[in-house]
Amino acid sequence: MIRFIVRRLLLLIPILFGISILLFIWVRALPGGPATALLGERSNPERIAEINKTYGFDKPLLTQYFTYMSKVIRLDFGQSIQLRRDVSDEIFRRFPATVELAGAAMIFAVGIGVPLGFMSAKRERTVFDYGSVAATLIGVSIPVFFLAQILKYVFSLQFSLLPSTRRLDVKIDLEKVTNLNLVDSLLAWNGAAFWDSIRHLILPAIALGTIPLAIIARITRASVLETLNDDYVRTARAKGLRTSTVNRVHVLRNSLLPIVTVIGLQTGLLLSGAVLTETVFAWDGMGSLIGNAVIGKDYPVIQGGVMFLAVVFVLVNLFVDVMYAVIDPRIRVS
Amino acid sequence: MRLLTRASSKELADSAADPGPNPRDDKAANSLGREAWRRIIHNPLAVVGGVIIIVFVLVAIFAPWLAPYDPRANTWFDQIRPTSIPGPSSEHWFGLDAGGRDELSRIIYGARASLMIGVLSLTIGAIVGGIIGLIAGAFGGWIDGLVMRITDIMLAVPGLLLALSVAAVIGQSQTAIIIAVAVPNVPLFARLLRGSMLGERQKDYVTSAYSVGVSRRVLVRRHILPNSVAPMLVQGSLALSTAVIDAAIDAAALSFLGLGSADPGVPEWGRMLTDTTRLLNVAPHLAFFPGMAILITALGFNLFGEAAREALDPKLRR
Amino acid sequence: MRPTKKLIALSMAAALVVAACGSDDKTSTATTAAATEETAAPGETTAPAETAAPSETTAPTEATTEATTEATTEAGASGGTFVFGASSDPVVLDGAFVSDGESLRVIHEIFETLVTTQPGGTDVAPLLADSWEPSDDALSWTFNLHPDVTFHDGTPFNAEAVCYNFDRWYNFTGVAQSAAVSYYWSTVFGGFSDGVTPSLYESCEAVDETTAVINLTAPSAAFLAGLAVPAFSIASPTALEEFGADDVGGADDAPTFDGTFGTEHPIGTGAFTFVSWEPGDKLTLARNEEYWGDKALLEELIFTPIADGPARRTALETGEIQGFDGVDPADTAALADGGFEVLLRPAFNVGYVGFNQAKPPLDNPQIRQAIAHALNREALVTAKYPEGSEVATQFMPPSLFGHSDTVTEYAYDPELAKSLIAESGVTDLTLEFYYPSEVSRPYMPDPTANFEAFKADLEAVGFTVVPKTAPWRGGYLDDVNSGNAQMYLLGWTGDYGDPDNFVGVFFRTPQPAWGFDNPEIFDALTVARDTADAAERTSLYEEANNLIMDFLPGVPYVHTQPALAFAPGVTGYVPSPVSLESFAGVSLG
Repeated sequence: MIRFIVRRLLLLIPILFGISILLFIWVRALPGGPATALLGERSNPERIAEINKTYGFDKPLLTQYFTYMSKVIRLDFGQSIQLRRDVSDEIFRRFPATVELAGAAMIFAVGIGVPLGFMSAKRERTVFDYGSVAATLIGVSIPVFFLAQILKYVFSLQFSLLPSTRRLDVKIDLEKVTNLNLVDSLLAWNGAAFWDSIRHLILPAIALGTIPLAIIARITRASVLETLNDDYVRTARAKGLRTSTVNRVHVLRNSLLPIVTVIGLQTGLLLSGAVLTETVFAWDGMGSLIGNAVIGKDYPVIQGGVMFLAVVFVLVNLFVDVMYAVIDPRIRVS
Repeated sequence: MRLLTRASSKELADSAADPGPNPRDDKAANSLGREAWRRIIHNPLAVVGGVIIIVFVLVAIFAPWLAPYDPRANTWFDQIRPTSIPGPSSEHWFGLDAGGRDELSRIIYGARASLMIGVLSLTIGAIVGGIIGLIAGAFGGWIDGLVMRITDIMLAVPGLLLALSVAAVIGQSQTAIIIAVAVPNVPLFARLLRGSMLGERQKDYVTSAYSVGVSRRVLVRRHILPNSVAPMLVQGSLALSTAVIDAAIDAAALSFLGLGSADPGVPEWGRMLTDTTRLLNVAPHLAFFPGMAILITALGFNLFGEAAREALDPKLRR
Repeated sequence: MRPTKKLIALSMAAALVVAACGSDDKTSTATTAAATEETAAPGETTAPAETAAPSETTAPTEATTEATTEATTEAGASGGTFVFGASSDPVVLDGAFVSDGESLRVIHEIFETLVTTQPGGTDVAPLLADSWEPSDDALSWTFNLHPDVTFHDGTPFNAEAVCYNFDRWYNFTGVAQSAAVSYYWSTVFGGFSDGVTPSLYESCEAVDETTAVINLTAPSAAFLAGLAVPAFSIASPTALEEFGADDVGGADDAPTFDGTFGTEHPIGTGAFTFVSWEPGDKLTLARNEEYWGDKALLEELIFTPIADGPARRTALETGEIQGFDGVDPADTAALADGGFEVLLRPAFNVGYVGFNQAKPPLDNPQIRQAIAHALNREALVTAKYPEGSEVATQFMPPSLFGHSDTVTEYAYDPELAKSLIAESGVTDLTLEFYYPSEVSRPYMPDPTANFEAFKADLEAVGFTVVPKTAPWRGGYLDDVNSGNAQMYLLGWTGDYGDPDNFVGVFFRTPQPAWGFDNPEIFDALTVARDTADAAERTSLYEEANNLIMDFLPGVPYVHTQPALAFAPGVTGYVPSPVSLESFAGVSLG
């Protein structure tokens, strides 16, 4: 197991190297450039040339790449052109926000999706089943920002139940330690901040979690259905085991593999940032960081941010693989 | 939401990679088809989905006869004010759009755009992916390994990023959207065809044919390929649903990022939805109608697709 | 610690009440919790253990009355915390290093300039300088400074401080000279002390404590208007030095800004002092109790970044913020109806259709005139622009001196357009028309709508329009600036009250975007810029505008009044055409 993990971690190096090259080329192939992005209407050819010279964008690509990589190796991701702040500081600040949002979204998705899928499978071809399938399919079919706007309109504007933007009320002061608001407010023993953070999380988490919820419910349903039809479950039933025991010991456990896969995959995707959701809720996470960087052609931020997310993605997948082995001892990781 | 469809495509690809609904001979395939059909028409959700799809396709085909007005004529521009856009009326059932055009006509023509993008992108994806899968499946060995690693990478790249790059590189047009939707289909079909070819190769008749000296070329061309295409076609037709939804959603996301097709006059649901979010308070109907159109169509395809997939999966048959 | 608990009541359609704690930076979390506990107890519904929910909706009637009485009895119009929804974080709080609106907005509250503009106008008015006097040759300008002003760190403000700042700017090197950093210096003064580009600035002399003389290398009047931009804020010399304002590190081709002056210690003379800045979250300012002029009414001023326009609007409506800039024209009426204060800035911008004359047939004057007559600008402005917008006749707004009443106007006349096309003899009537796909600018809230309307107009008179688009910062501006775009939508918002900042920017020098070489226009604008006498400048610019509109390098079509929105009851915010707006007089009501 340890060897497996180490090998997978070593595999990260060529992957990151490859990504860095692709990113470097891709970012520069995008139309527009940092200079125009900075100057807007005020840009003219001379000013653009002058800014490109300042930042070395006029040099050959290969030279630029080596300059950049020589710093990345020393874990220096450079400074954002737009924000003039260190890329690593920005990531340290933004990633926790994304983690918090993705975590809440996954809790929402798993907490509802798994039971829904399970019950739907147990009651196959009943009104409940059809209803839940239809509901989850609506969940998959609804465009995210459409849903986000509706949630905001209903819960923030019409009924004033929940806040519509930001992560914490402006007027609450909270010392940032981990940048995870929930953790920070616990560290500061600040109940108001904790509760307020939760309130701010609800709407974005629902908006972001709806699609994973639908997918998880569908997979759970399919997986459980499959297991229910397996011989050993029928045998267990025939043996006269109590339904709840069958459910717990056999069905759920054996259905877990595909469910864990999809949860892992979805978590990876959520962590890589939800540009649209973060935009609509003014959530200060990785999605909006990279989204803005792409729009503003902020090369160091795009490169550093995407590479960071690639590492996260690989690690999450590794974790999922390890979980496989834990859930199903038959799988030999090697 | 792109992420979703990518994820489900991946499931689809994986499920096809292990030889599942692999018709052994024509007879078995027929009975499988009949059985599946029986299951589908007995599933109320599938029927609802099927009806939605049929209506959608009919609307798309007969758009010029159904639409009350020219979807591109801004005849009523003089009725538009920054703070008010006429909503539904007897003259314009869905109201006017922000450019003074008939919204109903645009929705009707929008079905056409979505269907066209969906079908074209799927065809392109199937052809290119099929060729790649064929190469991998026919040669096997290190070629197979290499090709599959490349498709893995393609599947791992977020679809939106991919779409964005395509639009950025080849310029903003309907073609860009078609290609953007097509590209994620390439690895999908590559895996599908390769998976079923691998399954076919392991079968006894292939092994025995090989042992009696039938050349690989003949084997692949005469036996393995024909037997492997059927599951690809079946799964491919299911992928049409994803493609049509992708068409709307990709277009929406692209235009959200300013990379939609250059001509805003072309009616297209995704774009109609995103372009009007800033007018949500002034003219909610402009978000409502395209939003509902996308939702209902996607729902139709999803309902039917889900039921069909289930019906075709022998593991779920009782 | 000051007694800082305060309630801001916002009565809305849904009667939302926000309990809020105005505080200085060190408000302990305990205080916050206590304050909210007091107000949030009744009307709680489902909140489980945590009754201390801060901005919980409470029973409307009860809380509203409580809040109103407290607000009126305790502090009157003074006090309270104002939260402003900015579209982004500032870059840094060092005027010399920025040119973006969100940075300048905050800098304008902390720092002051020698001169400013008349509230709500563009005429130059005194600020740190009580008065000023040019020499006869307009080469040296004497500024009489306001006495007994100190910076927030206690450093006295005097002529030496003024000269210290000017010399700092003049001596910028390396990346600091970049237009991305010191845009305004290079716009107003040209080059730097290294002499690579000639500079208008020569030297600054501190004659005595309250007299500073700025010497120029050429006579100029335009520079005075430029000095009102917060980029020319006078900062505390002690702080600039102590916190390394000019420290630029990193490699040659990856410069990094290392100083903390602009991020942690911005020290000026303004009515608000800097408290704290958590990027992405909030930037907090507090009332400067030692301010030399009228002290600010607000106790605390917070800027929070909300990038999405619709999200800012919702935040205002839910009471999460008390004001924001850049209100969508589609929202103004609804907000005003909802009881919000919607304020309009006097028009100080121009939206235009640009022609690249390097791309035929736009080199043909009759084709340009035909296009001008074909575009139904009135219809577009009526349909798509908010009230208060006006159809433009020339490339600068009417409120600015030099605006001409005698320019050639091109009324909407499709028949005339058709006959002009016929006369021109041009047969290939294909036009590549560029528009930006996703941006919203003050002069162009919805470029796609403008494009579609104009496209229909052009097609009506026989042109074939090829749509071309790209994201604003993702290729559009590059296409236009490099001269790739044949015909395009663009515009400009004035930085300061001088015509050179409009027509001078566009037409004083040859530019690929316009693709023409017309020395007559270039010369007229150069002479007008370099003239010192005010009356003479006015007439020179009027003539130049006539020349330009006869030549018709593009079709200006709109001047708009950008809108700001505030919570009900907010008073004292005076919109300025050049966005020089102080929060000092603002009250939550």
